[in-house]
Amino acid sequence: MSLNWALSLSYSINPDYTYMKSELTWQEFIITRAIKASGYSAIVFVALIFFFLLREGLPTLGEVSFSNLVSTRWYPIEDYFGIVPLITGSLIVTIGAALVAIPFGIGTAIYIAEIAPRWMREILKPLVELLGGLPSVVLGFLGILVFSPWLRVFLDLPTGLTALTGSLLLGGIAVPTVVSVAEDALDTVPRSYREGAWALGATKWQTIWRVTLPAARSGVLTGVMLGVGRAIGETMAVMMVTGNAPVLALSLGSLFSPVRTMTATIAAEMGEVASGSVHYHTLFFIGLVLFLISLAVNVAASAVVFRSKKRAERILS
Amino acid sequence: MNRHLSQRLGFFVLTLVALFTVTPIVAVIVYIFIQGSPAISWEFLTVAPRSGMREGGILPAIIGTFYLTIGTAAFSVPLGIAAAVYLSEYAADNRWTRLIRLAIINLAGIPSVVYGLFGLGLFVLFLNFGTSILSASLTLSIMTLPVIISTAEEALRAVPQAFRTVSISLGATRWQTVRRIVLPQALPGILTGVILGLERAAGETAPILFTGAAFFLPRLPGSVFDATMALPYHLFVISTQVPEMPIQIQYGTALVLLVFVLGMNLIATVIRSRARARRQW
Amino acid sequence: MNKIVIENLSLQYTDGTESLRGINMDIREHAITALFGPAGGGKSTLLRCLNRLNDLTDVEEISGRILLDGENVLDPQTDIIALRRKVGMVFARPVVLPMSIYQNLTYGLELAGEKRRSVLYEAAERSLKLAALWDEVKDRLDDPAIALSGGQQQRLCLARSLALQPEIILLDEPTSGLDPISTGKVEAALQELKKDYTIILVPHSVQQAARTADYAAFFLQGELVEYGDGAELFTNPKEKRTEDYVTGRFG
Repeated sequence: MSLNWALSLSYSINPDYTYMKSELTWQEFIITRAIKASGYSAIVFVALIFFFLLREGLPTLGEVSFSNLVSTRWYPIEDYFGIVPLITGSLIVTIGAALVAIPFGIGTAIYIAEIAPRWMREILKPLVELLGGLPSVVLGFLGILVFSPWLRVFLDLPTGLTALTGSLLLGGIAVPTVVSVAEDALDTVPRSYREGAWALGATKWQTIWRVTLPAARSGVLTGVMLGVGRAIGETMAVMMVTGNAPVLALSLGSLFSPVRTMTATIAAEMGEVASGSVHYHTLFFIGLVLFLISLAVNVAASAVVFRSKKRAERILS
Repeated sequence: MNRHLSQRLGFFVLTLVALFTVTPIVAVIVYIFIQGSPAISWEFLTVAPRSGMREGGILPAIIGTFYLTIGTAAFSVPLGIAAAVYLSEYAADNRWTRLIRLAIINLAGIPSVVYGLFGLGLFVLFLNFGTSILSASLTLSIMTLPVIISTAEEALRAVPQAFRTVSISLGATRWQTVRRIVLPQALPGILTGVILGLERAAGETAPILFTGAAFFLPRLPGSVFDATMALPYHLFVISTQVPEMPIQIQYGTALVLLVFVLGMNLIATVIRSRARARRQW
Repeated sequence: MNKIVIENLSLQYTDGTESLRGINMDIREHAITALFGPAGGGKSTLLRCLNRLNDLTDVEEISGRILLDGENVLDPQTDIIALRRKVGMVFARPVVLPMSIYQNLTYGLELAGEKRRSVLYEAAERSLKLAALWDEVKDRLDDPAIALSGGQQQRLCLARSLALQPEIILLDEPTSGLDPISTGKVEAALQELKKDYTIILVPHSVQQAARTADYAAFFLQGELVEYGDGAELFTNPKEKRTEDYVTGRFG
């Protein structure tokens, strides 16, 4: 094959391109800086949020006596700022939600990742995603109109707006988070693990419980933590269906009576307080508590992931 | 018990669990469509509420949610994509990058009502933007940011490394490679993430409660410094704060909000599946 | 004449894989120099040093000098964009960019700021002819490049680097995924190209090295074992280890 004719066409090494310094240098410099600054913006925002919660929330500690703050009476009009009932309210609703979200979330994740035929998976995954996208106010709205009257009749309660109603709704809201994170974790378990178990004569069922699930446990745990985190922070649906009574909830029996959560308190009362008042500062203080809880949950969740990654690296190397 | 029998039993139970999880979702959507569609009329969609919101339409709320979504996009999309580009294309794997990731995870976990407090403290009061579309959009933007960053980063990372190597070997700078190869290839994935993020913002109530939502506003907002009605907040108001509210208007409002949100979800799904079919790698 | 002078080049990756130890080597102009040896010997690493593509990977430590026309490539002051335009590269797997055939060819020139359509078209045509691909694609330059066969894609990759009118072409096992006919076409094109370019090739087999190389260098575990005239090295190696490898006793 001769290429001589092609070479003779118009061929000469042109020094223009080879030594042209990039003229885009300063543009590139600015763009690169802007991109880097954007990358760091997340840290700035977390810091800003923390700062403003501190700035508006900490004055409470000087304005409200400590014994008042940790008392069991929340009645701001008469200067009772006991946040304990709000914390127990959040706690009982969240525990109830976790009891719903954990079995249903993990069960659905296992079904989607391990058992469902392909076509079923293609239907279920977007549906669960859709649930994650439903506005919580719509769920709260149906909670008021449909779910709580039904629950009141079914359980023969004086009111349908109870902690239990909130828990069931919140469980539903937390499920998509649990499912998607847990399913991802199950999906990343190498196929060879399963094949190894099958080769040893284990049934699919045994493989799921003794091999796949244990191998994915840190991811599943992360999903549960993030789901619970979502439940603690959920506001609108909870505010609409839990009845909003700031009473101390200490036993499981409280599930069947109205409660008030921290988030609902902020949402319901912040609109009516004068900025800079004691009540205003106290609501910010509750926000600060919520922020710290979510910080702790998320740091713990990512620490679980990080540690298990380390372990995997150690095993694999 | 026979282990194959126990497997069949186990599979059966898990199938039930999964069905029990998704049935309510379908039920909620179908129920709202059935209950809400009689309320939908041209008037309902194009006029403001009347008679203490018990009559008329919900136009200001529809337009308001539209404005808030656009406003949120204006801030969170450029910032979110740039941050994702940084994490995927520029950042070294060091302590600072891990800190950024931790910050993003935390932003994603902060309760929406706490965003509302933050927006009140920073935008409404400190920066003096007042209860306005601007304050609400900025608050929603920061809340949306982690969703956009994480999905966009995933889309960017899915672009094969070889394209970058080739581009660099042909004398491209890093930014040229990003702009000409990586971003165009990742665009459908990024778009999907952006829409899913905005979908969440459009449906949120708590962050706008104290930053920009108006209880009742018979006219449309005139500037970004005006407060606005919004569909989710309006639904909250008419289902809890207004006595003797006609049930049909409530369901109609819920339906419009649901269509708004599901419509965005549908667009995202279509973009994703079409891009997957057309992808060359 | 020596185009490239490598002086005491050593390199270590952070993950401890492949490395280079004390490489000294002069590479001739207008000739094909083959770098061969078993996997992990440092051939690709050396190639990637020549156009500083190693900047993208985690290099723990690099020392020594690589003089290209007398200037040290490894100098931090080097304009690496200009360097990469001067030193073209073809990879083992044909990687066409996700755009049309024509856009693949003009990509590098456009980045360099060339906007004149006649110049871009001429460059595309010329480089396709040099890579012996013109006749096969001249009627479908606007088709997506991914639609080409593997052999055509690899020649497009070659043409793509030629479009920038480089002085040196690096080829990292360019025919490893190709059938014998496509391989023959690429090798024939290289024989023509060496008249005007300096070609450094990591061949995918000893046979290819023997067929194509004017000069050959045998690498083993990061060391340059033997380097010299191709014909001489394959028929009469001086080192025992080279002989063992060339005659197929290991590797």
